[in-house]
Amino acid sequence: MLGYRGAVELPDGVLVVVKRECPTCTLVEPVLGQLAAALGDDLHVYCQDDPSFPSNVPQVIDDTGLEVSWQLGLTTVPTLIRVEHGKELDRLEGWLRKDWEAVTGVADLGPGLPEYRPGCGSRTVDPDIADELAVRFKASTLRSRRIRLADLEDEMEAAFDRGWTDGLPVVPPTEARVLRMLEGTSRAPDEVVAVVPPDLVECTVEKVAVNAVMAGCRPEYLPVVVAALEAACTDDFNAHGLLATTWFSGPMAIVNGPVAPAIGMNSGLNALGQGNRANATIGRALQLVIRNVGGGKPGGVDRATLGQPGKYTFCFAEDEDGSPWEPLSVERGFPPGTSTVTLFAAGGVHGLADQLSRTPESLARSLAASLRSVFHPKLVIGFDACLVVSPEHGRVFREAGWTKARLRQELNELLTIDGVELVRGAGGISEGMAEQFRSASLPKFRDGGLLIVHAGGKAGFFSAIISGWASGALGSAPVTREVVG
Amino acid sequence: MTRIVLDPTGELNPPARTLVDRPRSLDDKTIGLLDITKARGDVFLNQLEQRLVARGWRVRRFAKPTFTKPAPIDLRQEISTTCDVVIEALAD
Repeated sequence: MLGYRGAVELPDGVLVVVKRECPTCTLVEPVLGQLAAALGDDLHVYCQDDPSFPSNVPQVIDDTGLEVSWQLGLTTVPTLIRVEHGKELDRLEGWLRKDWEAVTGVADLGPGLPEYRPGCGSRTVDPDIADELAVRFKASTLRSRRIRLADLEDEMEAAFDRGWTDGLPVVPPTEARVLRMLEGTSRAPDEVVAVVPPDLVECTVEKVAVNAVMAGCRPEYLPVVVAALEAACTDDFNAHGLLATTWFSGPMAIVNGPVAPAIGMNSGLNALGQGNRANATIGRALQLVIRNVGGGKPGGVDRATLGQPGKYTFCFAEDEDGSPWEPLSVERGFPPGTSTVTLFAAGGVHGLADQLSRTPESLARSLAASLRSVFHPKLVIGFDACLVVSPEHGRVFREAGWTKARLRQELNELLTIDGVELVRGAGGISEGMAEQFRSASLPKFRDGGLLIVHAGGKAGFFSAIISGWASGALGSAPVTREVVG
Repeated sequence: MTRIVLDPTGELNPPARTLVDRPRSLDDKTIGLLDITKARGDVFLNQLEQRLVARGWRVRRFAKPTFTKPAPIDLRQEISTTCDVVIEALAD
């Protein structure tokens, strides 16, 4: 049941909405005659397809334009609604004698009729006209500028021509599609979600929805996109700098909590790869908002030397059920069962294979050796990383009873490096830490600079290392936001 | 058939601003040197400062807290109210 949308005044009394082509509506025609006799002017019958039906009711109200039905949010006919002082008090769908008698206060309705018959679909939810009705009755609430495409303009090419795409085709953001997208959130279309860099533009829920349509999102993904945008546009995450940097990185979204399976996100096989609509389009929608609303484009404020394919889209869910550890969201302070998005300033994915380690000590050493290469093997502290542990590697830690904290502690110890190995010139490599650190021991990652999550298919002794970008207050820190419907 | 799509952009209409005229001379001007704090930007600005001061010009030094973020408003305000021109060291 959609419920009353609020834009028509409801007359007091009993409202019944019917259509002639509905067998249940024709079945209850005698009942409507009884109600007309008993209630007089307090009965208001609306017909969706034929105002001469029902013939035994004087002054059937013509709703063939479906405005009242749409504003009432009907899904079924017949629907009976009791209204007092303009407020809906009861709503019944289909025919059920005892309920109709209770709500109308009229006894002995429909003698000889069956006790119960389900209704039919309201015309307002017919797939071929539902979108048209939404545009007719609701499009005026949308504030975005309307762009009329020329007759000879291809609608896909039009988006390229106007600079709205990331290089791949986008879904044309028609009024109907944007209205449908907005059904995915309870937030008002004109609510400002964030101020989007680099142009520092206030971005409304509606503008997020427009770009989510273009990215290919379904409406139920919208709250995740909104939360991701909120996280991106914080001073801590620093989307401006992330966009502007010459480094490879872009925003990567990790989704935790019940929303991930509910919208069909992939946390398993090929979790970081292609092929899942939610993963693919949520990350893309975030990037399109930054491009279109924020004005951040390659060659403009985006100065990436090489970039990386994750800048089209980079989003996945954590495999919480299969994880040996608490979810990332819980580690970051959210109660278990909370749906969240965590944004990380991600460079590329670097794979690590270790098919022989069966002890956590050995596997941790493998992971540490690979993590050391983030940014540069001789540069430390300045860059974060995200370690994605796959199920077969996770099993090694689970069977040994290693908590995530234990793994982190071991990695910290393995990645505390003598300055003599790191300074400029050491190992015959000019790059490195400044000479002043020669006698120090330095951690590879700042405190809080290594995220650990669990995802991936069941086969493969592999884990992924996702390099970060300038870390913490210097650049970007991971930011987590709750997904609010 | 008429096809209408919604504008996905920020729909900005930025005001057109004209650039201030370039000074004919730096005499009696204050020159701001803004270090965005990228590596070795200070090397470049130190050299520049020496040369400017040797010519008798006034120089003020500024630095962003981090090169990854836009200069804070207070810093921009200070530069604009205390300097006539500014030179920014951008690159590594």
